[in-house]
Amino acid sequence: MEAYYFSEQPYPGAWESDIESLRVTLPNRHCDPHVAADLINARLDEWELCDRVGINIMINEHHSSATCLSPSNTITLAMLARRTTNVRLLGLGFPIANRPDPVRLAEEIAYIDCVTRGRLDIGFSKAAPYEISPANSNPARFMDRFWDTHDLVLKALTVQDGPFNWESEFHHFRQVNIWPRPYQQPRPPVWIPAGSIASAREVGQRGHTLAMFLSGLNARKLKDAYCEGARAAGRPEPGPEKFAYMGIVAVGETREEGRSRADRIMGYLRTTSIVSDCFMNPPGYMPPAGNVMWMKRNQTRGRAGDHFPVTKRDGTILKVGSGRDWTGEIPMDDLIDANIVFAGDADDVHHQITEFSDRIGGIGTVLMMGHGGDLSHEDAMTSIRLFGERVLPRLKTYAPPDIAEAV
Amino acid sequence: MSSIDLAQPADRPETRAIVAGVAIDLVEAGRGRPCLLLHDIDGIHPSSPFFAGLAERYRLFAPWHPGFGHSETVRRFHDVRDLAIFYQAFLKERGLDGVTVIGTGFGGWIAAEVAAMSTDRLGALVLIGAVGLKVSGRDERDIADLHATPFAAYEALEYADPANKPNRYDRMSDWEMWGLARSRETAAHLGWKPYMHNPSLNHWLGQVDIPALAIWGERDGVTSPAYGEAYAGTIPGATFVTVPDAAHHPHVEQPALTLDLIDRFLEGIAGRERAAE
Repeated sequence: MEAYYFSEQPYPGAWESDIESLRVTLPNRHCDPHVAADLINARLDEWELCDRVGINIMINEHHSSATCLSPSNTITLAMLARRTTNVRLLGLGFPIANRPDPVRLAEEIAYIDCVTRGRLDIGFSKAAPYEISPANSNPARFMDRFWDTHDLVLKALTVQDGPFNWESEFHHFRQVNIWPRPYQQPRPPVWIPAGSIASAREVGQRGHTLAMFLSGLNARKLKDAYCEGARAAGRPEPGPEKFAYMGIVAVGETREEGRSRADRIMGYLRTTSIVSDCFMNPPGYMPPAGNVMWMKRNQTRGRAGDHFPVTKRDGTILKVGSGRDWTGEIPMDDLIDANIVFAGDADDVHHQITEFSDRIGGIGTVLMMGHGGDLSHEDAMTSIRLFGERVLPRLKTYAPPDIAEAV
Repeated sequence: MSSIDLAQPADRPETRAIVAGVAIDLVEAGRGRPCLLLHDIDGIHPSSPFFAGLAERYRLFAPWHPGFGHSETVRRFHDVRDLAIFYQAFLKERGLDGVTVIGTGFGGWIAAEVAAMSTDRLGALVLIGAVGLKVSGRDERDIADLHATPFAAYEALEYADPANKPNRYDRMSDWEMWGLARSRETAAHLGWKPYMHNPSLNHWLGQVDIPALAIWGERDGVTSPAYGEAYAGTIPGATFVTVPDAAHHPHVEQPALTLDLIDRFLEGIAGRERAAE
């Protein structure tokens, strides 16, 4: 099994500033640039340590938010491209339905892939509904634009006898002909996150790596949908390498130390949905059926359709969330039981991750949210070292079960 | 999703019509001079007093715009001017002349575009709380941002008394809610960027050569009365009037006053026509 280390690069100092919205509307006077400088550099130092201990690196981006200071996958990746030498770099993901310039994105991807001599993995994200406003992208026909952009970026990365022309409903480009072209041939691997059956099926149809975020045992259903999609498209039966799972991961010298670190990282979940209702469902982001379900329930937040709640193994639903609708703390034992958190000493973490992988039929990658909330730089560095030295070597030799054999 | 019932309720008067090759839902009612009512994002409310009042006075045509409600989406339509072309085709297909076009909110924008395109088949233009125009500076908003305003706050901008809002989810059928979801997406598709306006409309409204009336709620918080006055100011000879105790939807909150303003406006036109003869 492979591992990637991730932080959203949060700015926790502003989290008490507004109980309604930490995204889109929180004025940036609440951001002290000196504090931001320390936070950003601390995270970059953590990723550089990952390179030394052999943990791959994952980056993301959000906009107008105190929960994430990264404004662009490619900017952060470009810095790390020259400061790392060993590990793979994953941008998960590029919010391609919100980017007006996919050809430029393809060129940036190819550039970073060349700088790293082929260490880049590229992820394409639908992006959360509240990312629509900072990008001012049109939410109507959103997923159609996502897939059109996906097709354009991949064509730009792979066509070598261009230029070619692109005149679609969403993009107009002439003489598409990127320089450089990607180091990896035909292109870097593509990852796509999905949290619903329909989306997982679509990823499977295209054969990309499926990333599942904090979905717990529901990951099994997402995997099944992915395999269905792959079969429908006539692809070979997907192996574990096609599946990645993100959990909150914290390692300590002792079980208590690891759990205490995980509790700090949980600041992510306690704040991630603190955003005004008006940004939660821009028109078109959700199809009519989902909207009707919302209206019938007089719902203003959360998902509709074929999403599922996080459950413990005994079937109890955990109300993982944040903001006004969030009812309170969830015991660490429950979070570990539900595979939202992998935490404790190195043995605990190794056991929890491999047991989870066994239960859902095998994953090839664990994406570790190893920093979040107000976890200190020192704690993050220690956790990375412990993971790299005591957990990762054992994960590397772990053999995931065959999907067909899994329970 | 099997719990959603998409059958049209028995009390809805919409019938299917093909216009310019597009299958739309249409309500036709009344007799007399032709009147085309162009609805706002939230659609047609055939049981409303305003709708009934228009049907008593005119031969009323109230189409659901393509992509709104249950009308067919034309994939290639990409701005409000496409809807204006569509309604010009509608008037031509039906052989209608001297038509009074009334548009509310988003429908007011369409009505303005219809008139800007050609007044050949039009007799008069009535805009009620219309969007579609940019009049203020680049860092000022003319039109409240529906998609960035908390729901309760937006209702307070839209209605002098939010209890007047017609679309209450607990009273709507699945058919209506499905239609509303489609309408919202189509309005976003056509009016997201520039937000709810067409930068060239200011120019073309200057060419409109029929009588025009702009009716605004005195307490309109979505498109202010000052915006309404500026809107009317771009149309040669247009009249601007305000309605008390009403916000963005004066025809919903004060239907009798609004109908009366339209009556007097159209009588004035008829009177001038008689005098000219």
